[in-house]
Amino acid sequence: MFEDFFDVVKKRFNGSDDDYKPPMFKCPRCQDTSPLSRYEELHRVCPKCNYHGRLSARERISITVDKESFKEFDKDMKSLNPIDFPDYEIKQEELREATELNDAVVTGTATIKGSPVVIGIMDSRYMMGSMGSVVGEKIARAFEYATENCLPVVMFTASGGARMQEGIVSLMQMAKTSGAVKLHSDAGGLYITVMTDPTTGGVTASFASLGDIIIAEPKVLIGFAGRRVIEGTIRQRLPEDFQLAEFMHDKGFVDMIVERRKMRSVLSHLLKLHGYDKKEA
Amino acid sequence: MEEKKTAWERLQIIHTKGRPTIRDYIPLIFTDFYEMHGDRLCGDDKAIIGGIARLDNRPVTIIAEVKGRDLNENKACNFAMPHPEGYRKALRLAKQAEKFHRPVICFIDTPGAFCGVAAEERGQGEAIAKNIAEFMTLRTPVISIVLGEGGSGGALALGVCDELAMLENAEYSILSPQGFASILWKDASRAEEASGVMRITAEDMVQLGVAETIIEEPLGGAHNDLDKISENIKEYLSHKIPEKCQIDIDVLLKERYTKFRKIGAFIE
Repeated sequence: MFEDFFDVVKKRFNGSDDDYKPPMFKCPRCQDTSPLSRYEELHRVCPKCNYHGRLSARERISITVDKESFKEFDKDMKSLNPIDFPDYEIKQEELREATELNDAVVTGTATIKGSPVVIGIMDSRYMMGSMGSVVGEKIARAFEYATENCLPVVMFTASGGARMQEGIVSLMQMAKTSGAVKLHSDAGGLYITVMTDPTTGGVTASFASLGDIIIAEPKVLIGFAGRRVIEGTIRQRLPEDFQLAEFMHDKGFVDMIVERRKMRSVLSHLLKLHGYDKKEA
Repeated sequence: MEEKKTAWERLQIIHTKGRPTIRDYIPLIFTDFYEMHGDRLCGDDKAIIGGIARLDNRPVTIIAEVKGRDLNENKACNFAMPHPEGYRKALRLAKQAEKFHRPVICFIDTPGAFCGVAAEERGQGEAIAKNIAEFMTLRTPVISIVLGEGGSGGALALGVCDELAMLENAEYSILSPQGFASILWKDASRAEEASGVMRITAEDMVQLGVAETIIEEPLGGAHNDLDKISENIKEYLSHKIPEKCQIDIDVLLKERYTKFRKIGAFIE
């Protein structure tokens, strides 16, 4: 690997490599390649097949809310080790360094084209977006804040499900978050879920499925049970489109599929249709 | 209680052939049981039964995951693994209980919600999510009892309650020890070891704030004395249901929310 690296440096330094090409992005769906800069310009959407790549929470915030409007909640909250699972702390420290996150969700207030919202964005880089104590607590607090302040909630979900390392405590976060969603709903608050890749397991079976309006990005994975688990149960290969956003849309569990480039504008319209336009966050 | 058994030993007990199921308990704990069928949307799931009965003369609604006592019964009830229509039937009966001011008693005994094509197509995730949210504000007392297996979201869909009791050998977990070992250690054969680290026993649930009460089982497990274990469950319910019915419903709902709201371990 290092040799390759030095070769590239040498070639560039000597100016002998006339064939130098810009870094390319190879799409995992269509297998076609495009310049990486083009893929990044489109906010990680493949220019060839419209594949929507995963975004970090920070990237998602930057393309969704008004500039400098985001104020983060509970930035320093960190998980303890409720069932004393071996090496859980070490694993988390490594991830904190790699992702610059303290856990798998970022929450706060912001405005979207002027409309105030409470927003939550899950980040699949942190233990596959799994829900443990911190994810549960931050989401519950975000909904409680929204209820107290008569604000709508927009939640971008991305999760493999429960945080195994927190055992039953992880399962209880489903009740904690769903309860907070219910109280927000009973108080008349608008809740929009945006399902991104992947939305599965305990997150699908709790707050993600409780939106008044459920949006999904194109072709993202949405389901309760994992594909391999189901294939193991039925001993058959599942069709390619099984559990994709379009499949869940056809089955009646997703209201609309919205491309990333239109998301901010669709969210803004929906918020304004519910009267959330001239209030202060 | 007898000497403390390991989580693994308890798992062997709850999987013993002859472990009583809800069908054994109902006639010994309740009278006048009338079973109700269907979710009024799609079908009638045989993995969850529900209906109206009397507990000490008081009308109550019963909702229960039902295991079979032999292979034929298990095939009929899908090994107690509900489809979405089972959870939707449960919610319909819970709402009916709320309307007629009956307390709800849920019996949990499932390896988990069924993982299959039809279950996904009909919204397994949505069905569980909706039950969890709706039970949180159901304006009537709810008591849940884990009889044997409390498997993940499939259990929690009947587990949002004012108080949770565990039979002494029952377990409550995020997934099976086999699944846990194969996901985290890529080795399903380490299930026994996984059961030791997962914290799944009745005592664990009380320590972690998930359950409030442990119902003692006869020596060796519930299958050794059906009358005795039924008596113990009935004694618990006969004491707990009137107690919860006396509490103002708004206070009860606040306490129910707080019970789940405070579970978690973090620093700021």
